[in-house]
Amino acid sequence: MTRVGVIRLVVVAALIGALELACRLGLISHNTIIPPSEMARTLWTLLASGTINGDIERTLGMIALVIALSVVFGFAVGLAIHALPRVREALDPFFATYYAVPIFIFYPVLIAIFGLSIMPIVLIGVATAIVAMIIATLNGLDRIPRVLTKVARVHRLSRIGTAVTLQLPAAAPYLFTGVKLSVSYAFIAVVAAEFILSPAGLGRDIADAYADFNNRRMYALILFLLIIATIVNSALHALDMRWAARRTGGRQ
Amino acid sequence: MTGTSVQREVHARLEAVTRVYPGAADQPPVSALGPIDLDLRKGEFFAVVGPSGCGKSTFLEVLAGLQEPTAGTVTFEGKPIRGQVAEGIGVVFQEDASFPWLTVWDNAAFGLRRNGVAADEVRRRVDDALAFMGLKDFARAYPSQLSGGMRQRVCIARTLVLQPRLILLDEPFGALDAQTRLLMGDEVLRLWRRTDATVLLITHALDEAAMLADRIGAMSARPGRFIEIIETGWPRERDSTIVGDAAFGEITGRLWERLRGESMKALGHAGMTAVAAG
Repeated sequence: MTRVGVIRLVVVAALIGALELACRLGLISHNTIIPPSEMARTLWTLLASGTINGDIERTLGMIALVIALSVVFGFAVGLAIHALPRVREALDPFFATYYAVPIFIFYPVLIAIFGLSIMPIVLIGVATAIVAMIIATLNGLDRIPRVLTKVARVHRLSRIGTAVTLQLPAAAPYLFTGVKLSVSYAFIAVVAAEFILSPAGLGRDIADAYADFNNRRMYALILFLLIIATIVNSALHALDMRWAARRTGGRQ
Repeated sequence: MTGTSVQREVHARLEAVTRVYPGAADQPPVSALGPIDLDLRKGEFFAVVGPSGCGKSTFLEVLAGLQEPTAGTVTFEGKPIRGQVAEGIGVVFQEDASFPWLTVWDNAAFGLRRNGVAADEVRRRVDDALAFMGLKDFARAYPSQLSGGMRQRVCIARTLVLQPRLILLDEPFGALDAQTRLLMGDEVLRLWRRTDATVLLITHALDEAAMLADRIGAMSARPGRFIEIIETGWPRERDSTIVGDAAFGEITGRLWERLRGESMKALGHAGMTAVAAG
């Protein structure tokens, strides 16, 4: 592990230790937060019992679906808009202000249309995540050096050949930023939508535990989501760093 | 000075070539090039010099097939070129055109793989090109780990493996320091001798053109036309040590004499142009 990695681990461990100590010494009430060790123990019990397997599958499955749809369609829409400068000019103000609009206000409308199915959650998730991917795609395509297009023509590549072998890898760092943002937005949107109005899922489970004053269960489920989100984001970050090191020769 | 071994056979020909760019909103069209008439002889090293913005790169791109001429014809090995790069033409650009996501070896192999060349042949040609360009020990490195000069050599190697018969170099050493440019010039001369290709070099450096080329085309301010074509008369076996030759100074001086007024025009020094002419 690198020195920075060790420092990071020490900081996280110190924060968890401080919280544990504050809870054990009664500085923080049990009714507010339970000690992290109890969160972990309860989570282990829940996982071992298998009672939350259905919720885990549903929530993580929907997050995966939202990420896949946002990345694939976000990239395709970004490509199309990039090829149509006038359309892009018309849409640019919407993209610039998109995240200033609370997308969740449309959730009741979607429930009214699609009912209490997974559809409103997936749509809210995609609506939240896709624009980050579109913007990242446009950004990436804008930054492809013009000389690469000339190189493609010297090598007599077709349009598809140029897109796949030169433009896509050249824009990859920016596209990957879009993927990372889409992953984050997908987690937020799916869990939050389940929280508001959903018959099942981890978000629903956390909301129910909160309503029942069942702190142990609530914090155990929050811890589970934190662990999953951290693992996914750390993996993406590690991948990003690895690619960046290749492109920059370790100089960033 | 001894005679060159350049053949008289025409390899590429430009006849009455012009390039006019449409003007931006409410602006008149911009005449960037020509009319140009030029025969590139098979196996010669031809350099083009001229003031900034005179259309040197436009000339190269029209010859390469990267741009269509507005009027006139361009032929390569007797076949017309019009807006499409012909097989047998390789181009090295001024900008770093190496692919940062590929290793040096994979960069060099790019064109061969795209052309479906057999793996053994790809390996043979790439290893050979990297050894020739002094990049053998960096085959597994990424471009970001190399200096600017080495990255340009990667681009040259990528062109070289395709065994082009006409190599177009668009100010490939423009971003390099003076010493590295001299050494890169030596490498280009070695490359030219080894491949027997026709080489056309665009450069703004008069000394570079004088050192490398068999013939030098001096271009006017925009729209670029050849105001003089100078034969250097260098032997084919030459290197950067010819910069100490008295003839080198004569050629460079003559080029500057022809280009001084054009450079002033390009800079918009009308009054100075009159002084220079007078």
